[in-house]
Amino acid sequence: MSETLHIDWTRCDGRGLCTELLPTLLDRDDWGYPLAKRATNGDRSNVAVRPAHSEAAREAVYLCPKMALSLANQVAGFGQ
Amino acid sequence: MDNALWAFGRVSGIISLVLFTGTVLVGVLARSGRPLLVVPRFSVTLIHRNIALLATAFLVLHVGSLMLDSYAKLNVTDVVVPFLGPFRPFWQGLGTVAFDLVLAVVVTSLLRHRIGPRTFRAVHWFTYAMWPIALAHAIGNGTNGTSRWFLLLAAGSAAVVVGALAWRVSANFLETAKTRQGGLL
Repeated sequence: MSETLHIDWTRCDGRGLCTELLPTLLDRDDWGYPLAKRATNGDRSNVAVRPAHSEAAREAVYLCPKMALSLANQVAGFGQ
Repeated sequence: MDNALWAFGRVSGIISLVLFTGTVLVGVLARSGRPLLVVPRFSVTLIHRNIALLATAFLVLHVGSLMLDSYAKLNVTDVVVPFLGPFRPFWQGLGTVAFDLVLAVVVTSLLRHRIGPRTFRAVHWFTYAMWPIALAHAIGNGTNGTSRWFLLLAAGSAAVVVGALAWRVSANFLETAKTRQGGLL
């Protein structure tokens, strides 16, 4: 089952915990904010998470100091 | 047994205070968004949480052993309502205030994802009140509170916490501070 990591930009402050926990999914820009390495349809707010990274993504959601992350099961046709 | 409870009540209070000092320092570091040498940011956050919980455990032992001790004879009211105790009520009351604040901060931290960031942060700020109140309680109420070695420990702790606070309010506190200010210059 594929999941989506949603970044709430109204909360994100670029503290860098998620980019440490998910280095294969997220880069960090010069200001510290996470950048999706492979954006689906140009959507940088919803990052596809493969099962292999599910656990790390869960930790990122739990540890994000600004509570800016959430995980959702990917629905068919998501990201329109 | 009674002497053991009394001795443990005293030493656990000191251990708790030292651990809370560490919690504040690591918490300020976590807030800066900086890693600690080779320790990554998410580990700094976990260390902050775990030292805090350990400090809280020692605080519960500190209060619990003095409730059972026949000399201190703390009762439930003393633990929750400040300034009513028979012995040095003001200084003991400060301990009660600090204990209540710790409870509020720990509960809101553990329920962080349920209560949301605003409430969490508002309550978490009370840590900055809790720490000096706890230190004052230790000096004013502790059997060793005015011993030379304890005053040295207290002065050293206060110095590092004040130093951390000065860093906290400085312009370059955030890891990304320089980059983020760059556009304004």
